[in-house]
Amino acid sequence: MALTIASLKKGQRAIIKDFSVDVVPLKLLEMGCLPGNEVSLVQIAPFNDPLYLNINGSHLAIRRETACNIEIELL
Amino acid sequence: MAKHINVALVGNPNTGKTSVFNRLTGLNQKVGNYPGITVEKKQGNCKFGRACKVHVLDLPGTYSLNASSLDENVVIELLLNKNDKDFPDVAVVVADIENLKRNLLLFTQIKDLGIPTILAINMSDRMKRKAITLDIPLLEEKLNTKIALISSRKNLGFDYLKELIENYNQLPTRPCLNASEIAPEYFDRLRNAFPNQDLYKLWLVITQDVNFGKLDRKELKGVASFQTESPSNLKRLQQKETVIRYKFINDTLKETLHIDAANAKDLRSRLDRVLTHKVWGYVIFFSILMLIFQAIFDWSEYPMDFIDRSFASLSEWTKNAMPAGQFTNLVSEGIIPGIGGIVIFIPQIAFLFLFISILEETGYMSRVVFLMDKLMRRFGLSGKSVVPLVAGTACAIPAIMATRNIENWKERLITILVTPFTTCSARLPVYLIIISLVIPDTRVLGIFSLQGITLMFMYILGFGAAILSAYILDKILKISTKSFFLVEMPNYKLPLPKNVLITVIEKTKAFVYGAGKIILAISIILWVLASYGPGDFNNAEQIIETEYASQNLSEKELEMHVESFKLEHSYIGHVGHFIEPAVRPLGYDWKIGIALVTSFAAREVFVGTLATIYSVGSDDEQTIKSRMAAEVNPILGGPLFNFASGISLLLFYAFAMQCMSTLAIVKRETNTWKWPMWQLVVMTAIAYVFALVAYQTLK
Repeated sequence: MALTIASLKKGQRAIIKDFSVDVVPLKLLEMGCLPGNEVSLVQIAPFNDPLYLNINGSHLAIRRETACNIEIELL
Repeated sequence: MAKHINVALVGNPNTGKTSVFNRLTGLNQKVGNYPGITVEKKQGNCKFGRACKVHVLDLPGTYSLNASSLDENVVIELLLNKNDKDFPDVAVVVADIENLKRNLLLFTQIKDLGIPTILAINMSDRMKRKAITLDIPLLEEKLNTKIALISSRKNLGFDYLKELIENYNQLPTRPCLNASEIAPEYFDRLRNAFPNQDLYKLWLVITQDVNFGKLDRKELKGVASFQTESPSNLKRLQQKETVIRYKFINDTLKETLHIDAANAKDLRSRLDRVLTHKVWGYVIFFSILMLIFQAIFDWSEYPMDFIDRSFASLSEWTKNAMPAGQFTNLVSEGIIPGIGGIVIFIPQIAFLFLFISILEETGYMSRVVFLMDKLMRRFGLSGKSVVPLVAGTACAIPAIMATRNIENWKERLITILVTPFTTCSARLPVYLIIISLVIPDTRVLGIFSLQGITLMFMYILGFGAAILSAYILDKILKISTKSFFLVEMPNYKLPLPKNVLITVIEKTKAFVYGAGKIILAISIILWVLASYGPGDFNNAEQIIETEYASQNLSEKELEMHVESFKLEHSYIGHVGHFIEPAVRPLGYDWKIGIALVTSFAAREVFVGTLATIYSVGSDDEQTIKSRMAAEVNPILGGPLFNFASGISLLLFYAFAMQCMSTLAIVKRETNTWKWPMWQLVVMTAIAYVFALVAYQTLK
């Protein structure tokens, strides 16, 4: 199974590879979540969700279920 | 003739766009709504020199021109409609130096519309600390624009920005990149079908449901046929567009922007470690909540007392100073107490918005959303529901409007439906007077006042009802929505006092004029209904005089009997008697019944109504209270406001949907009468049942 953002550990960095769903929310792309861009996991909220990420220099939080759809390659 | 320039400020949320607006316009600004929708429209005027008048419009924050909410739609609608009177001569895109990459996405889209565009890069005072360098001439060349490096915090660069605005006709209007390359064939077809139209505009119109200006719509009649592409295909094209824009931006910034990461010291990570900590995060959040409640109850008591007394004496003074008659009565008993009933809420509303705007300005609110999301989701809510639920303690109206940034429709709808359960400031006067009547003024464990604990319990009850009903709604409502949640985590910033002040003034004004109008209207209608009546009402003096002829009453006592006889036979008295059978099982008499009915306009009217009904001249709490305490239950004897009926009233007010303005706003936000009617019926039914059970078991 491919690695996704959801499998990142705190502080780990990766490159976004692909999306495992057909249509990704446009908002996510607009925030810089695009294949080829760098992502790192800044923090995980209590109870393990949502995830606080730094994507392409933007800081944002998304839920685990969304993060599962974003495939990555570790740096 | 003076030159007149229309400026539109556009930008991502959290770029300090509003601070730039405040800097440009000062207090010379006007906040209203866009016609027909509840999106805030902020505009202001300023003068550059003697000959140049500038109208500035602060558009809602948006991440792109692909609208996904009502607020964002406003931006596109304006920028696409050349005939709008606010259509900008020049657009100023406000960006944040630390988020330039993302901010430029919107910039390149606006640039493609052919509108003269200035890029204002804000927060430039942070560049040194963050070790950021920017090659401005090169970036200007790459982006075909002029750049103003500004800092609204330090008031830097605004002279140059104004100069650029004044000379906007010298700005290049060439687009940055060619969006049509994402699907050349498709765009060729478009071009052939509409040779006179701007291609990028057409594309925007096709991809979103934009309510277009009339003239343009005629010209674009055939556009619908170009939606032949399946929606998911269009979406894919939109994604492609975003990808090529980011590619352009990444390439451009690679050459012009340099961040020396080694030298950048980060406050963010250190603060985040504490503020989103699994223990400290919650401790800090709840301490802040406690502080807010403390301020709303304790600190605002002094100004509220002052306002209360002032209006009571103003009313008294008017009565004496003006010639006696119906008009004087209307002013002194209807209008002045009515206005007083509005003004008295100002301290609480101001305190609440002071805290909320500080929390938002600092960037802390996003951390709360992050911290609470998982917890709230168990109840079918979103982390973003926390803001409306907290704001609901002031007033459900702004709170319901604050649900707009919840992406998931089901979570948003549930938040809207349960927010009115939270204890809004309008319930407070009702709680205060009832609690002081029926709960003994004793101390528990020597320090906590029992009345204070009861009040706190009422707040917990409100939140509990909201959370519990959210949980039930989550199970009942069959709405399948794609779950999606995204929150930006902005940098921590010290709040700008000017921004905070302007927000507080604005929100307070909105309350006074918005809710105030209703409260005032109700007070006047009430006064009229209580001052006139059919039949016996007009012979009150005669009837009372004959009835009490044998008792040798003083003039004053006689007058009191006349007053209460009049009230009972006035129009409102008839209404009260009509509904009495429905409220008697709850422990109320017809007078409380009237107060309940008028409370459906706005809850805070309760105290004022009882004041009018008990023919107490002023709104002074003590006098109403003693009058209420003396009231006797007509059937059972004993005081009317006893423990049982008091608790029953408290519960009724905690649960019932008694606010016309909230119903109106829910209708507007959900676009149907179904949900406000649902709230009215279900919440009121819950209230009735709880009040009934409480009274019947306690009596």
